[in-house]
Amino acid sequence: MSENGFEPRIVGFLCNWCTYAASDAAGVARMQQPPNVDVIRVMCSGRIEPAFILKAFAEGADGVIVSGCHPPGDCHYGEGNFKTFRRMPLLEALLAQYGIEPGRFHWGWISGAEAVKWAALVRDFTAQVRALGPLDWKRELASKED
Amino acid sequence: MIRFKIDGQEFQADPEETILQVARRAGIKIPTLCYHPALEPYGACRLCTVEVRWGRRSSLETACTYPVREGIEVETMSEAVIRTRRMILELMLARCPNVPVIQDLAREYGIEKSRFKTDDPDENCILCGLCVRACNELVGAGAINFSSRGITRVVGPPFLEQTDVCIGCGACAIVCPTGAIQIVGEEAAIYEALPLGPTSAIHVPSLQAVPRVPVIDTDVCIHFRTGELGMEPGCGVCEKLCEAGAVDFSVQDELVDLDVGAIILATGFADFDPMNLEQYAFGRSPNVISGIEFERMSNSAGPTGGQILTAEGKKPERVAIIHCVGSRDKHSNEHCSRVCCMYALKQAHLVRDKTNAEVFEFYMDMRTFGKGYEEFYERIQEEGVIMVRGRGTEVVVDKDGRLTVKAEDTNLGRPVSATVDMVILGAGVVAQPDAAEVAQIFGISRSSDGFFMEAHPKLRPFHTNTDGIFLAGNCQAPRDIPDTVAHANAAAAEALALMSAGEVTIAPTIAWVDDTLCSGCKTCLDLCPYKAIAFIARDGTGVAEVNEALCKGCGTCAAACPAGAITARHFTDAQILAQIEGLLRAIEGVAT
Repeated sequence: MSENGFEPRIVGFLCNWCTYAASDAAGVARMQQPPNVDVIRVMCSGRIEPAFILKAFAEGADGVIVSGCHPPGDCHYGEGNFKTFRRMPLLEALLAQYGIEPGRFHWGWISGAEAVKWAALVRDFTAQVRALGPLDWKRELASKED
Repeated sequence: MIRFKIDGQEFQADPEETILQVARRAGIKIPTLCYHPALEPYGACRLCTVEVRWGRRSSLETACTYPVREGIEVETMSEAVIRTRRMILELMLARCPNVPVIQDLAREYGIEKSRFKTDDPDENCILCGLCVRACNELVGAGAINFSSRGITRVVGPPFLEQTDVCIGCGACAIVCPTGAIQIVGEEAAIYEALPLGPTSAIHVPSLQAVPRVPVIDTDVCIHFRTGELGMEPGCGVCEKLCEAGAVDFSVQDELVDLDVGAIILATGFADFDPMNLEQYAFGRSPNVISGIEFERMSNSAGPTGGQILTAEGKKPERVAIIHCVGSRDKHSNEHCSRVCCMYALKQAHLVRDKTNAEVFEFYMDMRTFGKGYEEFYERIQEEGVIMVRGRGTEVVVDKDGRLTVKAEDTNLGRPVSATVDMVILGAGVVAQPDAAEVAQIFGISRSSDGFFMEAHPKLRPFHTNTDGIFLAGNCQAPRDIPDTVAHANAAAAEALALMSAGEVTIAPTIAWVDDTLCSGCKTCLDLCPYKAIAFIARDGTGVAEVNEALCKGCGTCAAACPAGAITARHFTDAQILAQIEGLLRAIEGVAT
């Protein structure tokens, strides 16, 4: 628990072959990580539509993680991670225009062998989002309308 | 066919053959020094002298140059022959008193000392010309020949000066029967390339090689080297002597394209290079050797003929074996290499058995996990091997080259050290240096230790996440021979099961196009890494269609379809959006 009692809610979109395997391995190995990240598994990071991330923020997520296989070459499907590589920078620009701080969205690569890296990401990203505070856009919107 | 007799025995031979060839084939011993089966006979040393009887006549002839003739009777050990050979050997011994092969032959014929005068006790050359023929006939370099004549006759390059015609192949030194020719710097060069002894250019790679046939090292083979130097390709002795005619220099590496139904990766492991751990003095002292070098040394086909010797050529009196070199160590590799404890124990046994030396094993934990392994460990302890529980931390080489192994004995709780004559490093097993490249080619991943990753550590230990690709042996993780055999058999069985089924079951996780929504924009066509989406012309435009057999279900097309016409089955938009809602609203619900 942080000082103000705020615990961020974070959604992680992970590809089945690399980062999901890493998160699984981190769990099996009992690596210490905060419980704030909820994982949605997809077959490939190339399946992740930017709309999913926007939907997650719209539904009240305080942070979102997208992670797939290391480019080049680690992708189970050959080049799905390249699609992610192309889409996510565009989405980052869009999120900034929406006023969502860059620190709330992380995208990157973690291979199936990098359980330690996954656990570290969960720890660091949770701390980072916790420091940013809640993404309380609904209340903010309501206060503006008042 | 010619019919004749050797020592009373009937023989048949081709007219081109010589007496020596027939005798050698029949196992009749005739001594020679200047004869080589791949070279023209020369009759220089005269040791092969035999008595040839033809009717009532008899003469002494050199067997190497004398062609067989109908009806002759050859005596290889008649009184005249022995008398002649004794004289020849006495003269040779006078010329070259310190050549072991001549001394041995002379002794065989009852001569201990020559009655003739020795001019130069360091003379080793008997002027047999074998080297000259090898250089001219076999290699084709023509770098050496006889010069002068009579008592000043000598073998050497033109004007006895260094010549750049010599290609340094060493053939002359190899054929020289008396060791009169030395290759300068050979030992140093060979030691650098192969620390535990040279092999010939054509050799069987290892005793366990499959298939067990020799290979030619084209970098040192005279035939290939002369070819590369623009000369007529020389030597070819192996080709000439191989009775099966199996040597073929024209064979080239071939790249073969094969359509296969399954692939088993069995790319094995690499030895950990102890050079990476400076504290063990590997490379600084010739008496610090790795486990695999010890194997080479203790091999009866190895450079010492299987004897355990220090670099000084002496039997060691004290030997240390250090476990976990490059294993279970955060500074090199964290993983346990699994095989080293057992090979270290075996090597301790070999050292005890062959040298009776005192053996110290510096170990962290003794991992004797297999069937009969613990019993073997017990046996080694009973053989008197001294077990020190604690990692060997350092090998100190003093200025006289003596070795001291330092360690902490964790049972005694204090540092210990041992001065030894030889240190064997139980070097571990690591992934192949090109494992990353191979993994990319086959679309598989690697675990953090660098080995290929299995699909599941317990339930699918030889599968990969790529269909039809299986793993066997040490490419997946370090394992010993029984475990490797089991793993490889399992992988082979799985590959056969996949193929013999005759059909492949594909996962239901594939993409599907709703053709009423598809506008025919073709965005998805280029995105598909498997070219699984086809464009079907229809009504002036067309629609996309997914080939279910080719689709692997990554869902990239579904993510990109601007019309939302593509559904990634089991990962549909509706499912994922519902998961997001479910996750966040549920938490909200609980929180409030």
